[in-house]
Amino acid sequence: MTDSAKTRPVFTNIHVTQIVSYRLPPAGIVSILHRISGVVMFLLLPFVVWMLDNSLSSEISFDAFTNVFVAGAAGIPGWFVKLVALGLIWAYLHHFIAGVRHLWMDATHSVSKAQGHSSAVVTLVLSIVLTAALGAKLFGLY
Amino acid sequence: MSTFGSKRLVVGAHYGLRDWLAQRITAVLMALFTLALLVQVLMPGALGYDRWAAIFSQQWMKVLTFVTILSLTYHAWVGVRDIWMDYIKPVGIRLALQVFSIVWLLGCAGWAIQVLWRL
Repeated sequence: MTDSAKTRPVFTNIHVTQIVSYRLPPAGIVSILHRISGVVMFLLLPFVVWMLDNSLSSEISFDAFTNVFVAGAAGIPGWFVKLVALGLIWAYLHHFIAGVRHLWMDATHSVSKAQGHSSAVVTLVLSIVLTAALGAKLFGLY
Repeated sequence: MSTFGSKRLVVGAHYGLRDWLAQRITAVLMALFTLALLVQVLMPGALGYDRWAAIFSQQWMKVLTFVTILSLTYHAWVGVRDIWMDYIKPVGIRLALQVFSIVWLLGCAGWAIQVLWRL
């Protein structure tokens, strides 16, 4: 093996356990949250399909579906089901907006440090504001 | 494909570009579904069972929802597989998680398609 091959630097991914100790710029936060929101939706997929099933199958199952958010089910209180739904709403909004940001960057090639920063801030603010608005509706604040 | 000479491909499994493109195409399809559903949900009037079920009963909406289910399944597979490849190094555990992901995703897709098609 040549000397240059031996001294070649090794780059590794940031491990999940290291996330907290890294000070990330907004674009980095959007990036890791894109991943986390994806995992959240992946894990909650059976819950999503359950909601699709019960909301569509019949009027009786539709009532059961809406009732879960009030009375809960299988020992899980209704407010917790709402909280899980709110988590899904945030995950969907963040993943959607961060995804559109990706597509926009791909389409326009408008990749600069300033644009990456500002679009990341927009993504974070927009996803949180929309989540708060829909969350207030979900918990019956208006 | 020639395996020698100046045009020789020396990189990996060649699924990089395909997955990159697939991730974007499936994302656009899911975004279209989101917009189509949002527009119909936001139409005036109370959103009870009848209106909700009527939205998904239209043939074009069934087709769009079906395409979205397939898109989501592939999109989630690419994303989750990337995560396992990034963080899980032991081959055995990674394989087990990949198999779990396929079962999880195909199970959900089958269930969702069943819901759609008996409507």
